Amino acid sequence: MPQDHYPVLLALGLALALGVVMLMLSALMSRRMGGRVSLDTYESGEPLLDRSHKRISVLFFLIAIDFVVFDVEAAFLYPWALVIREGGWPLFWAMMVFVGLILVGFAYIWKKGGLDLRPERQKRSLRG
Amino acid sequence: MDSIQPQEFLLLVPEIVLASAGMLLLLTGTLKTSNGYRLCAAISLAALALTAVLLLIQGIPGAPRVILSGMFIVDGYSFFWKLLFLVASAFTVLLSDRFLSDGGYRPAEFYSLILLATTGMLFMASGYSLLSIWISLELMALSSYILAGYFKHQTKSNEAALKYFILGALSSGILVYGISLLYGATGTIQLDELAAALPAALALETGSRLAAAGWLLLAMGLFFKVAAVPFHVWTPDVYEGAPTPVTVFLATASKAASFAILVRIFYQALPALAPDWQWITAAIAVVTMIWGNLAALTQTNVKRMLAYSSVAHAGYVLIGVLAATEDGLWAVLFYLFAYTFITIGTFGTVILLERKEYAGETYSDYAGLAQRSPFLAAMMLVFMLALTGIPPTGGFFGKIYLFAAAVESGWIWVAVVGVLTSAISLFYYIGIGVQMYLKESGDDTPSALHAPGLVGTIAVCAVITVLLGILPEPLVQFAKSSLVGLL
Repeated sequence: MPQDHYPVLLALGLALALGVVMLMLSALMSRRMGGRVSLDTYESGEPLLDRSHKRISVLFFLIAIDFVVFDVEAAFLYPWALVIREGGWPLFWAMMVFVGLILVGFAYIWKKGGLDLRPERQKRSLRG
Repeated sequence: MDSIQPQEFLLLVPEIVLASAGMLLLLTGTLKTSNGYRLCAAISLAALALTAVLLLIQGIPGAPRVILSGMFIVDGYSFFWKLLFLVASAFTVLLSDRFLSDGGYRPAEFYSLILLATTGMLFMASGYSLLSIWISLELMALSSYILAGYFKHQTKSNEAALKYFILGALSSGILVYGISLLYGATGTIQLDELAAALPAALALETGSRLAAAGWLLLAMGLFFKVAAVPFHVWTPDVYEGAPTPVTVFLATASKAASFAILVRIFYQALPALAPDWQWITAAIAVVTMIWGNLAALTQTNVKRMLAYSSVAHAGYVLIGVLAATEDGLWAVLFYLFAYTFITIGTFGTVILLERKEYAGETYSDYAGLAQRSPFLAAMMLVFMLALTGIPPTGGFFGKIYLFAAAVESGWIWVAVVGVLTSAISLFYYIGIGVQMYLKESGDDTPSALHAPGLVGTIAVCAVITVLLGILPEPLVQFAKSSLVGLL
């Protein structure tokens, strides 16, 4: 029933109003001091260690993609292991087909050097 | 769960063979000696041919057979589409050969993705549950995203892939959301059960709202895939930026596959909503025809013009869909069949005239082509006439059948818009003819016809285009016979 959800709506409205009021009050009442220091990330003066928007090695992306291959497999293997006794041989072979498909992907990554996570120049110096 | 008979898998052998071949090709890509362009093309052509042979051995199914607990159906309708997809993929492979070797791009992964996308299309044609249809669609779409960005050192290709991926992923999300709402309204995702449960759901207040939201979202996702206005914005950029053989693949096989599931879902799952989707489809068809043709008029790049023309043609096909009669349906099959060959031929000619990746795509590059290469100019003229719908070409009968079906079922105003916009399309199609035959060319270097696979493909497509314009009856019979059990 819709009326059961009115408290949720009320809470949402309150949260929204509170946020808006707080932002508006601080914008109206605060004193602005211009200058470089107040634009820094840490106004206390703590120096930054590094920039946050910088180029990240594509290897991290590769790790994430490799992880998907194994994680999807594992995600299906757990429930499969629970019901394998009831499912019997057809279920066993169904999973073997699936694992076979994953293995093709795995073999491709392996042969392509996708599991070799050293930076490119290090690999080159090893080869040469 | 219903018990699944092992012999049901026999009906899916063509798909299994094709998928295995795709993975085999992927593995050959890891071999050191994998730069065999000819070898990879030969393997994929052999795989496609083997799949087609297996399909033909199964023959045209007499009565529809629902298999694997209602996941898939094998009927005449799926048979028709599967043959068309296999042929379109084989031609794509033939068109790609020179393109890949010229650019130095790896062939194994490319052909592997083509085969896997085709596998997805075959499953789409057979899909009988919204879930299996959606997953097959994703197999096709994910492969297509990578294919669109295959020229990875070209910014244009990257742009095409990214735009296609983001908009495609969004539309897939919309599609699956619509499916979930329909499931909520009816409690099933199998097409025939959904059709049976829908009237009862529509009688309830919440059920009818859920179903309405569900099918509208579903239709939006499908209209996106067939590139109908206003869901077409990705088309020109993707068609222009993707490697031209991939553009062929997207404009023919991928578009036909999307129409295959659109028709099946509308006709087999949503007959209870027919008046609603007829109106929506009519509105979309009219807007698509007008916008596609007007936008195509203003283009200077041939690939972009063909992209908008493909949008416009999606509009024509939708006319046949909204007629909701048997005549309208076989007209859709006929049109998409003819359109596939015409489009492959057109883009084949474009590929032969392209020099390095994206050069040679503007209208002025076609100036004086009749002197440089009379053969290519004549072929291009045939395809342009066919796209306009001028006899004696397959495009003429395709349009006649579509418009006649619309008139018979009472959608006269839609057919009138179709005829008028076809007249508009004459300007830009014939514009290329004018460039080729009446303008002087800047350079006199004769176009080389050094790619036998390409030239053969173009010639075969031209012959089929003209044949369909003289003898449409066999294809009409085939299309009619493949509708058994669908309506």
